[in-house]
Amino acid sequence: MSDPLETRLKSIKHILVVLSGKGGVGKSSVSVSLALGLQAQGLRVGIMDVDLCGPSLPRMLRLEGQSIHQSAQGWSPVQTKETVSASSATHPLGCMSIAFLLGSKKDSVVWRGPKKNAMIKQFFQDVAWGPLDYLVIDTPPGTSDEHLSLVEYLRLAPDVQSVIVTTPQAVALSDVRKEVDFCRKTNLAIAGVVENMSGYVCPHCTHCSNVFSTGGGESLATEYGLPFLGRVPLDPSYTATLDGKGSESTGSLLQDFVASPLKPVFEGIVGKIVEGSKTSEGDAE
Amino acid sequence: MPEATVPDNAPEHCPGTESEEAGKADACAGCPNAQICATAPKGPDPDLPVIQKRLELVKRKVLVLSGKGGVGKSTFTTQLAHAFAADPIKQVGVVDVDVCGPSIPRMLSVTEERLHASASGWQPVYASDNLACVSVGLMLEEEGDAVIWRGPKKNGIIKQFLRDVDWGDEGLDILLVDTPPGTSDEHLAVVSSLKLAGIDGAILVTTPQEVSIQDVRRELDFCRKVGIKVLGLVENMSGFSCPNCHKASDIFPPTTGGAKALASEYSVPFLGSVPLDPRLAHCCDRGQSFVEEWPGTPAALGLGKVSQGK
Repeated sequence: MSDPLETRLKSIKHILVVLSGKGGVGKSSVSVSLALGLQAQGLRVGIMDVDLCGPSLPRMLRLEGQSIHQSAQGWSPVQTKETVSASSATHPLGCMSIAFLLGSKKDSVVWRGPKKNAMIKQFFQDVAWGPLDYLVIDTPPGTSDEHLSLVEYLRLAPDVQSVIVTTPQAVALSDVRKEVDFCRKTNLAIAGVVENMSGYVCPHCTHCSNVFSTGGGESLATEYGLPFLGRVPLDPSYTATLDGKGSESTGSLLQDFVASPLKPVFEGIVGKIVEGSKTSEGDAE
Repeated sequence: MPEATVPDNAPEHCPGTESEEAGKADACAGCPNAQICATAPKGPDPDLPVIQKRLELVKRKVLVLSGKGGVGKSTFTTQLAHAFAADPIKQVGVVDVDVCGPSIPRMLSVTEERLHASASGWQPVYASDNLACVSVGLMLEEEGDAVIWRGPKKNGIIKQFLRDVDWGDEGLDILLVDTPPGTSDEHLAVVSSLKLAGIDGAILVTTPQEVSIQDVRRELDFCRKVGIKVLGLVENMSGFSCPNCHKASDIFPPTTGGAKALASEYSVPFLGSVPLDPRLAHCCDRGQSFVEEWPGTPAALGLGKVSQGK
């Protein structure tokens, strides 16, 4: 006589909630990259999109136009088929997004809070993820309905941590302060801060310009005593990879990711997160 | 009763939620919402005529929308406001309805100021003589405080911004409304509050890559659904000119033709593109007008073109 929500959550070892006060700082890109980084390590990973009004994950994961299937256990997440190579045992990446439930990519979801909350609850209750090592959750910007619902539903989950994404300029940082405040108020553990779009290397002269200035994320992390997970530079080829039309695209997202110059950066970030989860696991035992 | 007040899933012969009969008609017996309909206030929202009266002297009301976050809605709103306010006889107002992530105070460099109440209503904060703004950021005790509100509370504050702010005796030449990303509570609140006062149109901001364009498609769909005229599309962050070698490159490549292609697909006007320029971000962090600080740069020309086109 256990709660269906609790049963579902028990099969997920770690949950990473990717947050940012400001929009367009790369939450979805970072979410996808984290998921790919974890997947490349041979872990079982799922990724969930709770940005109901602007779902971007299907496009980034090259899963556009797919739809959710019903099974005896519930909704089956849409899975990427690829693995790095035949020799290494990687598991497919499962993805859940509202875009899979929409008829056309042009449809807008004009919903007020309560309807969004119900949808998020269904994502947790009805999706048959199977056993997962990590579930990465991509959120919309801000600190409102979706975030409150998430925190509420995730109270039963074994391990929930947030990853805060920011760009280096002052406007983004002031929104991120709000997000840190939100995590404190709702008792959500913070795995660390990722500084995205930090510097751009000109493809013509390799001069690195700080499009949105630099270093802000790290100083913020120090200010609040949070781990600084890493700095991700702007890379148009990576943007193109996630936009689905990379010039040297081989068709497989995971292969493109492994070949990307940003892979070591994300490897470092993923390494720190996995390390962090291990110590928290140790504490629990 | 107009059909608009009858919910899609209502029982047959539903009298409509705004009807005098709501919750009491024969058809309501057994409807799970009967209780709510019977006790909810009847008739159209009494605040709407008040808002209409308050905004009577506002010549144009323009929304700045974008499906995706961080494409530069607030940057564009403030720079457009600066561009209009460059003409000293024009009165410009900015309403920031991004309740959870207000950026306008920082970009207009008024983070230390606070809104004040007076007999005639709330006094907006003036960034310059003819440029006023209101924002939730101007009501917080600490800049870092999170505003953790669900929809109804956000709707309340947005309505107050539109109903209670005293924009001055002369009114405004233009009122710009900066919105959060998406198509949710805040957007519906603005649209429904301004039902009688009227909205002149919306400017949609996007960046060139498909992930952003895709969200703007949803925003166009939203505008169509709620009946807002689209004044045009602006492509922000289109290309980057390296400050070292002055050659252009695409940080966010327009993999599917960018905003121009989208504009022609939906036959809405394309207002122009603004290239990415680190100095623009600096100006916004310090509350300066980019067009005044760096006249003649490609980004300033882009901004000027867009504001004139309006």
